[in-house]
Amino acid sequence: MFLQIHNLNKHFSTSEGTLVVLKDINMDIEQGEFVCAVGASGSGKSTLLRQIAGLDSPTSGEVKIDGKRITGPGPDRGMVFQHYTLYPWMTVQQNTEFGLKLQGVPKSVRREQASYYLNVVGLTNFAQALPKALSGGMKQRVAIARALASEPKVLLMDEPFGALDIHTKESMHEFMLDLWQRTGITIFMITHDVEEAVFLSNRIFALGARPGTIRKVVNVNLPHRTHTIKRQTVFHDYRDELMDLLRQHGQEALAVV
Amino acid sequence: MSPSAPRSIQPYIKPKTMRPTVFWRLAEDIPKSLQTGLMITSIVLPLLLWWTVTTFSSIDPKFLPSPAMVMEAFGRLWGTRELLKDTVASLWRVGVGFSLAALCSIPIGILMGSFPSIRALLEPIFGLMRYMPAPAFIPLLILYLGIGEEPKIALIFIGVFFFNALMVMDTVKFVPKDLIESTYILGGTRWQTLTQVILPHVLPGIIDACRINLAAAWQLVIVSELIAATEGLGRRISVAGRFLRTDEIFVGLIVIGLIGLAFDLFFQYLLRISCQWANQKR
Ligand SMILES: Nc1ncnc2c1ncn2[C@@H]1O[C@H](COP(=O)(O)OP(=O)(O)OP(=O)(O)O)[C@@H](O)[C@H]1O
Ligand SMILES: [Mg+2]
Repeated sequence: MFLQIHNLNKHFSTSEGTLVVLKDINMDIEQGEFVCAVGASGSGKSTLLRQIAGLDSPTSGEVKIDGKRITGPGPDRGMVFQHYTLYPWMTVQQNTEFGLKLQGVPKSVRREQASYYLNVVGLTNFAQALPKALSGGMKQRVAIARALASEPKVLLMDEPFGALDIHTKESMHEFMLDLWQRTGITIFMITHDVEEAVFLSNRIFALGARPGTIRKVVNVNLPHRTHTIKRQTVFHDYRDELMDLLRQHGQEALAVV
Repeated sequence: MSPSAPRSIQPYIKPKTMRPTVFWRLAEDIPKSLQTGLMITSIVLPLLLWWTVTTFSSIDPKFLPSPAMVMEAFGRLWGTRELLKDTVASLWRVGVGFSLAALCSIPIGILMGSFPSIRALLEPIFGLMRYMPAPAFIPLLILYLGIGEEPKIALIFIGVFFFNALMVMDTVKFVPKDLIESTYILGGTRWQTLTQVILPHVLPGIIDACRINLAAAWQLVIVSELIAATEGLGRRISVAGRFLRTDEIFVGLIVIGLIGLAFDLFFQYLLRISCQWANQKR
C-alpha cells in the first residue's frame, strides 16, 4: 500500500464542546491510483486532506506514505488548494520554480523543470505574466504546474475546479486525465461534484457528515474516459448511485440539526 | 415544516434607476482633466482666499500677513541662510530618529506578526506605551538626556517605534494562511517562509506604515524644538512668535508642510516602483 490512512480521528474543540469532524477513517490507496473523496459541505473533506498534507495532525490514528508516517508537510506531497494560492509578486515562471528554489535546486535546472511543466499545463506563453493577469482556470493550472514541478509522490487537490465554469472545468478534466496517464502520479482529489469524481477517478470514497465517516467506497470501471461517456448508462449508474447516497446523507444530517 | 412564504415586499419597492454622473462617481476613476483641475483648485483656492482677505480687508498684518509679505520673509530668511540651517537641523533629527525607530520596529513588528509567542510577549506593553503621548516624555527625557540632540531624537524614536511596530505587526497578520501553508507544502522551512513569502507580501504594508509614521516624526521634531533648541524649524516658529513676526511663522509652517508632502510623495513613489503587484486596480 502506498498511501495508508489508519483509524484516523479528528476532533476540534470549540466553544460548544468537542466537534468530531472525522471518525474512524481507513483508506488504502495504491501507487498510481486516482481517487476522489466526495461529500456534502462540512463533511470534513478539507480536514482529511490537511491531515494527509501534514498541515494538521490527527487526534488519533495515522497517515503513512510509502510506509513512512507523516508528521508534517513536505515536498513529497504536492497540493492544490481550494482557493488560489499563487504568490502575487512572482511571475508565473517564478511561481512554478518556487518549490524547487526552496529546496536548493540550481537555477538552470529549476528553470528547465518549470518550463517543462508550464508547457504541460499549456501556459508557456504566460510565463512572464503576474498572477493578477490570469483567469481562474489559468491560476489553478499554474498551481498544478507548481505542485508537479517538485515531482511529488502524491498530488492532493482540494476542490481545485470548484470555482470554474463548466467548459473550463471540462477541459481541466481532460487535462487531468492526460496528465495522470502521462506521469503515472497518485492523485487524491476532493470534490462535491459527483460527475467530476466518476469521470476522473478509479475509486470514490463517499463521506457522510457529522461525524465524517466513509459511508461507501465505489470502484469505477468505465470502458473509456472521453466526454461521450457522460451520456452512457454506465456513467449514469455510477452517478445516480452516488447522488442517492449523498442525498440520503444530507437528509440524515438535516435530521440531526 | 418549513415556514410559509413571507408576504410580498413589492409595494415597498419604488422603481429607480441610477443616473450617470461624473463628479459623484463612487470608487471609480474620474476623467484625467477633471482630476487635475480639482487638484489645482485644492491648492489655488485657499491661496486665493488668503490673498483676497489680506488685500481687501484692513486686517492687521501682525495678525495675518499677506502672501507677498510671507514671500518677502522667505527671501529674507533664505538670504541669511538661517532657513536652510533650520531645515537641515530638523531634517537631521527626523532622519536619525525615524531611521533608528524604523530599523528597530520593522523586524520586531514582523516577528510579532509572525510568531504568536512574541506577540503575546510584547503586544501588551507596546499597546500600553502607544497610548502614552510621546511629548509627555519630554520632562523625563530632559532629565535623563539633557537638552542636546539626544532627547529630541529619543522623543521621535518613542513616538514612532511603538506605533510602527504594531502597524507592521498588523500587516503581517493579514498574510493569507493558505499562502504560508502552500509554502510549507512546497518544502519551505519556517525561515524561508518568513523571508521569501511573508516579507515580500508585507513590504507594501511596511512602506505604508512608515509613510504614515514619518508624518508623526515630523510633528514630534517640531514639538521637541519648541522646548529647547538653538536651531530648527520649530525653534524658528517659536522665536518668531515671541517677537510677533507672524510672516516668519507662516514661512516656517509652509516649509514644514512642503517637506512633509515631499516625504509622502516619495514614499508613494517607492511603493509604486517596488510593489507593482500590489497596485492592481480592481
Ligand atoms: N480549525 C477548525 N476548528 C474548528 N472546527 C473546524 C476547523 N476546521 C474545520 N472545522 C469544522 O470541521 C467541519 C468540516 O470542515 P471541512 O472544511 O473539512 O469541510 P469540507 O468537507 O471541506 O467542506 P466544503 O465542501 O465546504 O469545503 C466543519 O463543520 C468545520 O466547521
Ligand atoms: Mg473544503
